[in-house]
Amino acid sequence: MSENITTLTDATFDEVIGSSDKPILVDFWADWCGPCKMIAPILEEFATEQSDKFAIGKLDVDANVATATKFSVMSIPTLLLFKNGEVIARLVGAKPKGALLQEITSNL
Amino acid sequence: MAEHTRVLIVGSGPAGLTAAIYSARAQLRPIVIEGEPSSTTDQPGGQLMLTTDVENFPGFPEAISGPDLMMKMREQAIRFGADLRVEKVHKLDTTQLPFRAWLGGDLEPSITADAVILATGARSLMLNVPGEERYLSHGLSTCATCDGFFFRGQDIAVIGGGDSALEEALFLTRFASTVTVIHRRDSLRASKIMQERAFAHEKIRFEWNTQVTEVFGDDKVMGLKVRDTVTDDERVLLVTGVFVAIGHVPNTTLVTDQVDLEHNGYVRTTMGSFTNIDGLFAAGDVQDDVYRQAVTSAGSGCIAAIDAERWLEAQGM
Repeated sequence: MSENITTLTDATFDEVIGSSDKPILVDFWADWCGPCKMIAPILEEFATEQSDKFAIGKLDVDANVATATKFSVMSIPTLLLFKNGEVIARLVGAKPKGALLQEITSNL
Repeated sequence: MAEHTRVLIVGSGPAGLTAAIYSARAQLRPIVIEGEPSSTTDQPGGQLMLTTDVENFPGFPEAISGPDLMMKMREQAIRFGADLRVEKVHKLDTTQLPFRAWLGGDLEPSITADAVILATGARSLMLNVPGEERYLSHGLSTCATCDGFFFRGQDIAVIGGGDSALEEALFLTRFASTVTVIHRRDSLRASKIMQERAFAHEKIRFEWNTQVTEVFGDDKVMGLKVRDTVTDDERVLLVTGVFVAIGHVPNTTLVTDQVDLEHNGYVRTTMGSFTNIDGLFAAGDVQDDVYRQAVTSAGSGCIAAIDAERWLEAQGM
């Protein structure tokens, strides 16, 4: 996994989100979710290509139920875009790279 | 200016990727249009991307997850030089040679091909009852692995009687409080081993001879109105999650008005993978309503690749 992607946990979530100087896109995923694996390489590409615009974090919902529940994650993959500690966009379901990027940047 | 290829493969499930491996090894340099990422079955990798463990694909005594199996097939296709593209064909013209394919939002043909292997698979059949569309993604789903997580501790229903339905039901027991399998007959068509597991599971119960007539709720699913197929009695099942696993319909939209279809909508193939159009071959679930297994799809992908190769040779192409 790219160094530019932060692994988040229930314990570290609030702190990482709160201290991020850029908007941060959090990927809620699980090991048994095919579509989640489909977008993983896209997020790796974003981590390199979009690093000036937003950071990327990943949260394994299986191991971190509290955070997933707190943000009402109902379906995975769900991508939540945080800015200044608040959720400013919610993207549900796998999508092509272009579509994802467009939705993200239109909310930045 | 369109790119030309000798073999264009549309679809990247087991059929498409096996065809890719064989065509690539035959030095035909196939282009494979895999589909675009999505949470439905037309994504790269096809239907197996939405499953968990695949236990019946030969060669994997420890089982393998659907996504992992597709990843291996993909790597194998790449190894032999198949040109895989994460894109979607939105139009295909097989009325004349060379065949033409339009990708993405292209207005002009993106690719021309001497032969096409159609391996676009199938998608979930829906119930087509009131409330279904409204509650899709609000408690109603066709992908247990995508959405099952949300239903922790809840009472949910799986509609269907085949292996897909039971596989989903068993997967969902990880999260749900109870899983009710709703089936319109009194016996399942699933494999015996899946039936045994489902019957043995304490969280799974069955509603036989039961048909769903409506999905209702407020802003999320609250229950199902059902009808007994034998007595006609109507009643209500209170569930907050509904998974539809009643079967599949072939993805033939690209060729519906061009190629001969069977009565059930599946592409008609003869002597292997031949369709009524010379140079157009079909493999996998798009042309198979009978077996629909990963291994039979892979087998038919191989058949299509060999059929296409021999056909091209015979044409002197």
